[in-house]
Amino acid sequence: MGSLTPVEGAGELGFLATRADFLINWGRKNSLWPMPLGLSCCGIELMAMIGPKFDLARFGAEAARFSPRQCDLLVVAGTLTWKMATAVRTIYDQMPDPKWVIAMGVCSSSGGMYDSYAVVQGVDSILPVDIYVPGCPPRPDAVIDAIIKLQQKIAREDPVGRILHGPPDTPDTGTGNVVFQPNQGVHKSVNDRHAHDPESHPSETTP
Amino acid sequence: MSKTQVYEYSRTMPAVDQDDPVQGEPMMVNMGPQHPATHGVLRLVVRLDGETMDFIDPDVGFLHRGKEKTCETLGWHRFFPHTDRLDYVQPLLNNIAYALACEKLAGIAVPERGQVIRVLLMEISRIAAHLIYIGTTSIDLGAVTNFFYAFEQRELIYSILDAYTGHRMNNTYVRFGGVYADVEENVEVMLEKFLDDFPEKLQVLERLLTGNRIWYGRNRDVGVLSKEDAMAWSLTGPNLRGSGFDWDLRKQQPYCGYETYEFDVPVGTIGDCFDRYLVRMEEMRQSCRIAKQALDRLKKTRGAEVLAEDRRYVLPPKAEVHRSMEELIFQFKVVTDLRLPKGEAYHAVESSKGELGFYVCSDGTSNPLRCHIRAPGLMNVQGIPLLGKGRLLSDMVAIIGSLDFVMGEVDR
Amino acid sequence: MTTTQVRIVTALEGVAHQFVQPRDGMTTLEVARLDLHEVCKRLKERAGFETNTFVTAVDHYPATPRFEMSYQFLSYANNDRVRVHTRLSEEEPRVATITDLWPGTSFSERECYDMFGILFEGHPDLRRLLMPQEYEHFPLRKDFPHQGIEPDKLYRTWDKQRRKDWNAAT
Repeated sequence: MGSLTPVEGAGELGFLATRADFLINWGRKNSLWPMPLGLSCCGIELMAMIGPKFDLARFGAEAARFSPRQCDLLVVAGTLTWKMATAVRTIYDQMPDPKWVIAMGVCSSSGGMYDSYAVVQGVDSILPVDIYVPGCPPRPDAVIDAIIKLQQKIAREDPVGRILHGPPDTPDTGTGNVVFQPNQGVHKSVNDRHAHDPESHPSETTP
Repeated sequence: MSKTQVYEYSRTMPAVDQDDPVQGEPMMVNMGPQHPATHGVLRLVVRLDGETMDFIDPDVGFLHRGKEKTCETLGWHRFFPHTDRLDYVQPLLNNIAYALACEKLAGIAVPERGQVIRVLLMEISRIAAHLIYIGTTSIDLGAVTNFFYAFEQRELIYSILDAYTGHRMNNTYVRFGGVYADVEENVEVMLEKFLDDFPEKLQVLERLLTGNRIWYGRNRDVGVLSKEDAMAWSLTGPNLRGSGFDWDLRKQQPYCGYETYEFDVPVGTIGDCFDRYLVRMEEMRQSCRIAKQALDRLKKTRGAEVLAEDRRYVLPPKAEVHRSMEELIFQFKVVTDLRLPKGEAYHAVESSKGELGFYVCSDGTSNPLRCHIRAPGLMNVQGIPLLGKGRLLSDMVAIIGSLDFVMGEVDR
Repeated sequence: MTTTQVRIVTALEGVAHQFVQPRDGMTTLEVARLDLHEVCKRLKERAGFETNTFVTAVDHYPATPRFEMSYQFLSYANNDRVRVHTRLSEEEPRVATITDLWPGTSFSERECYDMFGILFEGHPDLRRLLMPQEYEHFPLRKDFPHQGIEPDKLYRTWDKQRRKDWNAAT
């Protein structure tokens, strides 16, 4: 029935706090309301996961609401472009706490096969991600595995500690590093300059 | 909450009379890039006059991944997986369209069994794409059951493709000169069962909609597209056929041996959403018919080649590569330095959305000069302001569904 | 000469044009930049090409003239296609729009502007289509790197403002 690690700051209520932790986490993990951010091909596999064969309703996650205010799980399914990034960050900000993010597919995990001028190389540049699911697109089984892992992760959380100590000072805004993967060192022409390598392309402005 | 970037509205938006108390303050509604009913990341800036749409400005580009630039960087052969992800509900069809354009440029002949397999894959993909159309359009308009029926059928197609290609979607199974590998017997059995059962299942799906008063009321006389408008706005595919014009590239400019198959092309009358729906339902039946004929031919030509033997563009069989130095050199050259002859070529196929064409230009080096993707979806998105003007906002959902575009190919 | 070529020659009487032989066997014309609108108009009205298939450009950098505009039309009545090429230089990347003849070319021309920087004179609404409106570069030009130049610049500007607003509010 959950681990018996002591809860700091709870004093004599330590035992009750761990029971409360377990109960809160149990409720949260078994009723995840996904926000399907179906951007491209992974969106189709996301729909297939909600569909009849790989029924996501078994895990309590069938209430896929399209308003971020009502959801707690953001599934970024598909390629994120810089034009779309502001919208996705806005959606993430609009979701109330507690919230989790699954980066479904390689495009949202790391930019995927697109190392181009318009694609965000991994949604973790702009959001904190809990679970990464590789695949192009990942089978719905793989995404369900991710949700199960997320449920196990949620079970390890500390909601009572958060109630006692308050929210963290600086909200997590992702790594903030925009990481580009160069074309494995293949520089055939001056056109293959690496976007963030200062030697290959000096840029005028830096943040 | 910080504002998003300032968006410059279309210059064609008619001005409003600022002094008029009612009209002077139009309401701008943003059907934003994240929306359940826009079939992908499409943003529509709609100016409303009450409930009626006055002006619609589609803002596309939220899924622009730079594919045309990617082709120039990667090379002809390594671009195949990128073509899958264009219209991602029918990946094999895009592969075949690209392969046909490059084969036209290079003059590669595809063996007969390869062509039959390509036709089979194209028709299965067309059925899958139309199932997505009916599933998502139904759920957008409220008929939730059809979403599950359509996806159940799509799962059967996925199982077949999984058994054949190894992947459910984004298969990338086509190469220059044919398809990657032959169709095995177990796949033939699965295909036969699917194609036998499919018309009945389609009937179940259609029965919920075709005679339905609500479906009729939401789709009849909504989004009427005239034939001349469709031609002027470059709309093709079921959008053009729904308006009463009989034009199907499989019949008019056949490829892959389509002239030898027996099938009909459904044509609508008025050009409204309901007609386009009927056209697509009937197209699924005709695709089933073509696929059955292709499957029969497959059974007759067992053991034939599926991939051309052209060592300049096609990988040699692995057993030969391990054995012979010459074949190893061919393998090396095809992988690292595939060159198509200098020149340009265009080839179009009839995809489920319309005319999907690839315009490939080569300068004879291993870096492509240009690969332009003529996406039917981009033209279909242009149809939204055309059809939506003057209609109610709730008709927008029906119009978007019936125009049927996929943002992967609109934005490329 | 094929029937298509005969029909086109009759339609384009008086306008300079040249046939080329591409590898796919399609009837292809080379015309001058300033004649383009007239050629397209005649093709539509006299040669029966009711619809436009695509409008695109090819960047031949470093060869000059740099850009090659490529238009393709389809005639439903005669079941044939024609392609029209015209060359534009880098200093003068302007060409007349054909949206008055075929409204469906609006998005294609906007895309050419967005990707190459080609200006279409007379286009009612020449804005960027695929890249954000404040984007400063033309991606499909050959001297633009594949991975882009500071691709996150617009996002970072927005994000700085967002963090300021967030911290001011809380």
